[in-house]
Amino acid sequence: MDIGVEAYLLVSMLLFCIGMAGVLVRRNLLIIYMSLELMLNAANIALVALSRFNDNLNGQVMVFFIITVAAAEVAVGLALIVALYRRHKTAQVNELNSLKL
Amino acid sequence: MHDLLFILFSLLIVVFGVLVVAGKNPVNSAMFLVPLMICVGGLFVLLGAFFLAAIQILVYAGAVMVVFLFIIMLLDMDVEKGRRINSFAAVAGIGSSGATLGLLILALTRSDLGAAGGGESTLQGETIPLGKLLFTDYVLPFEILSVLLLVAMVGVILLSKKKLQ
Repeated sequence: MDIGVEAYLLVSMLLFCIGMAGVLVRRNLLIIYMSLELMLNAANIALVALSRFNDNLNGQVMVFFIITVAAAEVAVGLALIVALYRRHKTAQVNELNSLKL
Repeated sequence: MHDLLFILFSLLIVVFGVLVVAGKNPVNSAMFLVPLMICVGGLFVLLGAFFLAAIQILVYAGAVMVVFLFIIMLLDMDVEKGRRINSFAAVAGIGSSGATLGLLILALTRSDLGAAGGGESTLQGETIPLGKLLFTDYVLPFEILSVLLLVAMVGVILLSKKKLQ
């Protein structure tokens, strides 16, 4: 058996869809945030696999940038969640409805 | 050996992914996210991206997960129990993500990956070639990224002040 680029892309797609289901189904802000991380990791796997099978390092540089941006995003997002929790005392998205008419 | 490790890591990634999404308690989800990140790092090693594997384990499995766990412990949410997931939302969410998966797999089977599909590659993502690329072709995005990190740092400090004006 020969592991080609398709196998890696399949793993990446599965992980992406698991993360997407988590974002759509769960109601806890922190778990939604972790599902977003899953989706970012799926994109990283796809980029590294395509970089490898195209003999080209550019995809790996892109993954490096994605990891850095994701770290910054986690810091800002969690600070926002903490600020939100202080104000509303909840982290469930269906209770955060103050923008609703 | 390579195939065996690939199958092992892929299975673990899918299993831990489902456990992260299905976990009742955010702490459990975070604890399942750590081995998932390590398995993704293992896939990076199989793909020859050694530097990225190290970064993945240091930044994701280390720093990001510590911040996650810290915030979960800080918020101390145990109000999760007693809340049922809306079954319509569950069906719609799982259905739409399953449909997306179907579309992606259809695209994968239809697409012609050409030379990318077969050939043996010896590309190694080691520190020296990656660093050279980072400081020549990608020097402008790299500098912008450093500004982004600074902005994020200032923003986080501002957001975590007690009184937001």
